[in-house]
Amino acid sequence: MLTFLIRRLAIVLPTLLFVSFIIFGLQQLLPGDPASAMAGEERDPEVVAHVRKMLHLDEPLPVRYGYWIGAVLQGDLGLSLRIQKPVTELVLEKLPVTIQLATMAFLIALLIGIPMGVLSAVKNGTAWDYGANVIALWGLSTPNFWLGIMMILLFSVQLGWPPASGFVPPSEDLSRNLQSTIMPAFVLGNAIAAVMMRHTRSAMLQVLTTDYVRTARAKGLGEGKVVGKHAFRNASIPVITLGALEFGQLLSGAVLTEQVFTIPGFGKLIVDAVFNRDYAVVQGVVLCTATAYLLLNLMADILYVLANPRLRG
Amino acid sequence: MSVADATTALHGLAPIESPWRRALRRLLRRRGAVVGGIVVIAFVAIAVFAPWISPYDPTATDWGAVRKAPSAAHWFGTDEIGRDVLARVIFGARASLLAGVISVAIALALGVPIGLLSGYVGGWLDGLLMRITDAMLACPFLILAIAMAAFLGPSLTNAMIAIGISATPIFIRLTRGQVQTVKVEDFVEAARAVGNTHWRIALRHILPNIIPPLMVQATLTTAAAIIAEASLSFLGLGQQPPAPSWGSMLNIAKNFLTQAPWMAVWPGVSIFVVVLSFNLLGDGLRDALDPKHR
Repeated sequence: MLTFLIRRLAIVLPTLLFVSFIIFGLQQLLPGDPASAMAGEERDPEVVAHVRKMLHLDEPLPVRYGYWIGAVLQGDLGLSLRIQKPVTELVLEKLPVTIQLATMAFLIALLIGIPMGVLSAVKNGTAWDYGANVIALWGLSTPNFWLGIMMILLFSVQLGWPPASGFVPPSEDLSRNLQSTIMPAFVLGNAIAAVMMRHTRSAMLQVLTTDYVRTARAKGLGEGKVVGKHAFRNASIPVITLGALEFGQLLSGAVLTEQVFTIPGFGKLIVDAVFNRDYAVVQGVVLCTATAYLLLNLMADILYVLANPRLRG
Repeated sequence: MSVADATTALHGLAPIESPWRRALRRLLRRRGAVVGGIVVIAFVAIAVFAPWISPYDPTATDWGAVRKAPSAAHWFGTDEIGRDVLARVIFGARASLLAGVISVAIALALGVPIGLLSGYVGGWLDGLLMRITDAMLACPFLILAIAMAAFLGPSLTNAMIAIGISATPIFIRLTRGQVQTVKVEDFVEAARAVGNTHWRIALRHILPNIIPPLMVQATLTTAAAIIAEASLSFLGLGQQPPAPSWGSMLNIAKNFLTQAPWMAVWPGVSIFVVVLSFNLLGDGLRDALDPKHR
């Protein structure tokens, strides 16, 4: 296990280094003088000079990267020129909101996707299977921002149900917090539920044809026990690990959902930063998301090895 | 057996079906894929013939018909400045399909040669290219596209470039994996043994054999690219007003949900139908080209 961990870390660390190259390289995409672009509309010469000095724009590219990565390694993601706050502080402020939303969305995806996948595999080739596949295809093809708009239209505008937008922190009022996040969480979890359904279905179909399932049936065990105890337990290993990877996708999907429901999370932070040309915030958010995604990847691999005794060695 | 006998015997056999013809036959047997294909063709036709089939100019405002509900004059209603929603949905198909096709073309043009090189050459070059690919894959597709569109500046062209580059690592990985499988096959060994150059082996012997999975991935990625373009336009980073795009139409529509809900329905339905059709076609192609995957 230790060798495996060292081997995986040996891949993750250089990958992180390349991620930092890409994110730093984004700055080079800015047309014209980066200092002028970052200084905002007025292009006040003093501000431009300040930005140039702050970002070491007069230095050669590798030196600038050195300054940037050195600061990042010390937890300094730069300064938001618009809000005049350290980016690290902004990220830490907004991250809990997105993590809550993503966790709720993930739970919803599991609660919908796994039972649907199991049902679809057990009733393979029947109307149940067909129906579950249609629902999955619907989930994969619906843009989540449109689903969000349609749900606001139906539930909030027509039926007057949960608040259409806004966010109440759980520390303030838990019940109102859940009310304000349940609809966005469903919207965000919708596509992942479809992916989980497909993974579960395919893993269950594979397991249901194995010898040990046939033996369990031959012993006279009830179908519920065969499916729940023998088949699903084994089929759930790849599903859990793939689920961990899908969690990373939720961080990306949250950008749009937070925009539709006006939730002040990570996604709203990057979109606002884009429009305010607050490039340090954009870079900071992308870096944090990519790091989280890589760590989730690593966690998925570890989970897979832990859950599969044959790989533990 | 004489040559004449052999010829007679061969004439008696059924003609050998080419792999592509067999795949087409399999594809046509899948109802979902056929429906998906027909809908995709229909939307392409709508996009191409938009100026002839659109009832109005998609950018023409009519202050006397602001936020009018669907009627005989305006089948899908009008928007906040009196533009015909149907005309904008029809012209919006151009932005969406163009973004889907161009982004995937960019991803294929970059991803296939890099993947081919990585898989064929192997060694340290493969290791280096794979670390870069992993790094790109670590940045979620939409976040990377948003960041790139932000730095490049908001426009449909930049959105297509951003989506294309963000989708490239998928094609690098797929091509590399396929090349690694194919390059050890006997026919590649034979091509090498008869003295073919590396270029010729890669382009004439390996590449044609990895096209089917690339086709499937390209179809499915087109669906993802259409959603990505709509997402970027929804955020204001894609197609810029007054040019119509389904995503930007939804962006405006969300501010008028109580007064003009029809503004939000039709662009969304269009995205859903096109994406669903590409997904159905992609699933069908996968089953037709690789029956083991079923």
